[in-house]
Amino acid sequence: MLNFIWPAFIIVSFVYAFLSGNIANVNNSIFESTESAVQLSINLLGTICLWNGIMEIATKTSMIAKLTNLLQPIIRFLFPEIRKNDKVKKEISMNIIANLFGLGNAATPTGLKVMKTLQKDNPKKDTLTNSMAMFIVINTASLELIPTTVIAVRSSMGSQNPTQILLPVWFATIIALITAIILTKIFIKRSK
Amino acid sequence: MSIINYMSNAAMPIIILLIIIYGLVEKNKVFDSFLIGAEEGIKIVLKIFPTLVGLFVAVGALRSSGILDLVIGLMSPVINVLQIPSEIMPLALLRPISGSASLAVATDILEQYGVDTSIGLIASTIMGSTETTLYTIAIYTACVGIKNIRFVLWAALIADIVGMIASVVIWRFLGV
Repeated sequence: MLNFIWPAFIIVSFVYAFLSGNIANVNNSIFESTESAVQLSINLLGTICLWNGIMEIATKTSMIAKLTNLLQPIIRFLFPEIRKNDKVKKEISMNIIANLFGLGNAATPTGLKVMKTLQKDNPKKDTLTNSMAMFIVINTASLELIPTTVIAVRSSMGSQNPTQILLPVWFATIIALITAIILTKIFIKRSK
Repeated sequence: MSIINYMSNAAMPIIILLIIIYGLVEKNKVFDSFLIGAEEGIKIVLKIFPTLVGLFVAVGALRSSGILDLVIGLMSPVINVLQIPSEIMPLALLRPISGSASLAVATDILEQYGVDTSIGLIASTIMGSTETTLYTIAIYTACVGIKNIRFVLWAALIADIVGMIASVVIWRFLGV
């Protein structure tokens, strides 16, 4: 999909910049963008290594197994095709837990790990399986219980009540999550 | 507020502490495990770096060329029907594409229209209830070399739009 979106973004914006005489801005933005990609990767490197290490410790304990048991019914409903694969169930639980607690830096590495494990049982290596599709869609919905970044920004800007948005955020998140799950289930059924 | 603040500051240290103590109690070699995991982290970052460079350049071009403002202008009739304040449209369009860009735009909106106004509250709610969909899909598929993502982009984007409309509707319902 990015094979279409990526060139489209670039062609449309470059052509528009030429037509509107805005090309100097675009020229500058090219270098700024590559720089911020490097900056983000450097920032990510430390936290991803740390969380991957901590999560590796956790997977070797019985802690995740206990939390996985709690999440079992939900995982069974969402991923009916991974019934026998205990390793990936554990990893999915860790990803869901990291998401819920807003550990954005931990959620991504655990998510990538799940993708690697699911890929091992994928018969068509270049195509998403149903489980992978459901897993990605759930990760594109924000499961965070407390949206710490926004609350921090709000309070830094002098809000009377920075956490006033909590309930509306939960409402919007749940509506979006339910939509995502239903849509994915429908798409999976239709593609059979 | 102070409890929420304390909780968000304490969450990560508590989780790290719990995991390490748990590992020690069960007599695991915790530092060896840590190193194995951390090494894998390096590989993950190397693997997603090319994707990041590509996407950042494309999104930067969208913003700096001014085409994003044009699209927002063209969409204003639809926006009016959905009752989404046009002031938050740049945020709604950027949110699925770029986390850092949308946070910058959200901060800008809060500054211009006020943190506790209806526009400020809706913008905060959208920011808190959605994810960087395109980025998530890109790195999750790139790390295992998947090319065919089937319906995933559509399902995720429709869910995002529904979530954003829900953010507007709930504040209208609360009468802000």
